Amino acid sequence: MNIYKRLEIRIAGFGGQGVVTVGKILGTAFTVFEGKNSVNSQSYGPESRGGACKSEVIVSDGEINYPHVRRADIFIALSQLALDTYISDLKEGGILIVDPNSVKNVPERRKYDVYEVSTTEIAHKVGGVKFQNCVALGALYPFIKDLIKETSLRKAISESVPANTLKVNMTAFERGKRYIKEHYVIEEN
Amino acid sequence: MKKSLDRYLLQPGVYYLQGSQACIEGAIVAGCRVYGGYPITPATEVMEHAALRLPQVGGRFIQMEDEIASACVLIGATWAGAKAMTATSSPGFSLMQEAISYAIMAETPLVIVNVQRPGPGQGYITASQEDVMQARWGHHGEGSIIALAPASVQEMFELTIEAFNLSEQWRTPVLVMAEEPVAHMRERLVIPPKDDIKIVNRKKPQDVGITPENYLPRSHDIMAPMANWGEGYNVNHVGLVHLEDGNVTKYSPRMHYECISRLQQKIEGNVNKIARVETEFTEGCEHLVVCYGAVSRSSIEAVKEAREERGIEIGFLKLVTLWPFPEAKLREIVGEVDTIFVPEMNLGMMKHPITESLRDRCRRVVSIPSLGILHSPEYILSKIYEELK
Repeated sequence: MNIYKRLEIRIAGFGGQGVVTVGKILGTAFTVFEGKNSVNSQSYGPESRGGACKSEVIVSDGEINYPHVRRADIFIALSQLALDTYISDLKEGGILIVDPNSVKNVPERRKYDVYEVSTTEIAHKVGGVKFQNCVALGALYPFIKDLIKETSLRKAISESVPANTLKVNMTAFERGKRYIKEHYVIEEN
Repeated sequence: MKKSLDRYLLQPGVYYLQGSQACIEGAIVAGCRVYGGYPITPATEVMEHAALRLPQVGGRFIQMEDEIASACVLIGATWAGAKAMTATSSPGFSLMQEAISYAIMAETPLVIVNVQRPGPGQGYITASQEDVMQARWGHHGEGSIIALAPASVQEMFELTIEAFNLSEQWRTPVLVMAEEPVAHMRERLVIPPKDDIKIVNRKKPQDVGITPENYLPRSHDIMAPMANWGEGYNVNHVGLVHLEDGNVTKYSPRMHYECISRLQQKIEGNVNKIARVETEFTEGCEHLVVCYGAVSRSSIEAVKEAREERGIEIGFLKLVTLWPFPEAKLREIVGEVDTIFVPEMNLGMMKHPITESLRDRCRRVVSIPSLGILHSPEYILSKIYEELK
């Protein structure tokens, strides 16, 4: 993956799936540990519990003005509702990571570079559904590894999750990353 | 005691914080040690961070029964010698207007952060700039106000410090007119070394050699020193029109005029010291975007793209200070332009003082309104192209 003037990542799911935390972890990793600029924002509405909830991270080597996604480079959809709500902002050829257990239907699938990761199943295996967000973060990592060191992400995870869940969160991250490596060949640019 | 609490101050360095958190960190650096408040979306994060941080640095956090009390507690705290603040959102801001009016009359420094939400009524809970006129005209009676508009996490930190400095310097309430996108976003915050941050504290009579016998709490000099309660000075202050000694016993239309015109003049007469704007590409530009707050982030992208894509000579002017309105500064910067675009998250409010200031310098002023959501650069760009086709 080339160095982006502006990389736009969107993670969306139901309220409670930890998508806001993933955004915070990514933003902290890029800004504090990589010295890049990043802006993280969340959707905010009365429907945030149970409704579509999203978190966005914009990363750049330069200045970031508009703080929201214009055309997402990467979209992680953890629910069908989230996918339906936000897919239109994913650019053509953009990376789409979905959980096939909850996302059954990807309209115009051929327009995107789609990766299916059973984040819920993997999370259950490592310790519970609440670790789904770190599985998704792990699955995202191979796509951004040229822009960020794994240690930066791990440092940001350890700053953002409760100490007693750190070990399991790290395992979740590792499993998500491994799943992509074992099931897909990522083309190097 | 003081030394042991220093470790709780945020040390110089790079942080990744929400705008709401940066606001409180700025307040703490500025010396704020009292926060009285009542929660309301989307300002609650400011209060949450205050609840965590104020006690850590030896301050007081008080959840009040409502917004009226939240604003009034600041007045008492200030006169007891503290720097004090609250944060609210638009419906709560309406309830605070009475206290703001009193604080203007009693020349009481305090800081109110308004993370605006759309209205009228309960409106909605998303982004808004619909209170920019209420900031200036919401309180009853004459008396100018200072209002600032932060556009980033860094500015939430810096402008909160500036708000406290201005309120201490000019003895007046200062409003930080924030918005949901800036209050909730996370972004790089750089805390500079302590010595690089300017802090202004109120001038006290004992600092300038005024004894209690000679102290006039409402000196008709532009700025009277401010004595705190309990320091031996006669601190007489009322919400009524008053004489230099703080009393209203000898009312006359003349003293009325002098009392109020001084309150007005101390702000409006010093607008060039108080107000700030930021510009890009304004020299010789044919068109201009004037904006403030979060909308300036979308606007600068639109301006750059209009220049690159279509070669339109369009400039960018951001109001850092909304009130007092920096009319002279605008006239200094803007020569003669064709169209002035004013994108705002309301139906066209600051468009009015902008038009009033520059009506002889432009052919027309075009409002680009948005309600409840931050303008995308595409939206601003499409409006510019539509008007200039």
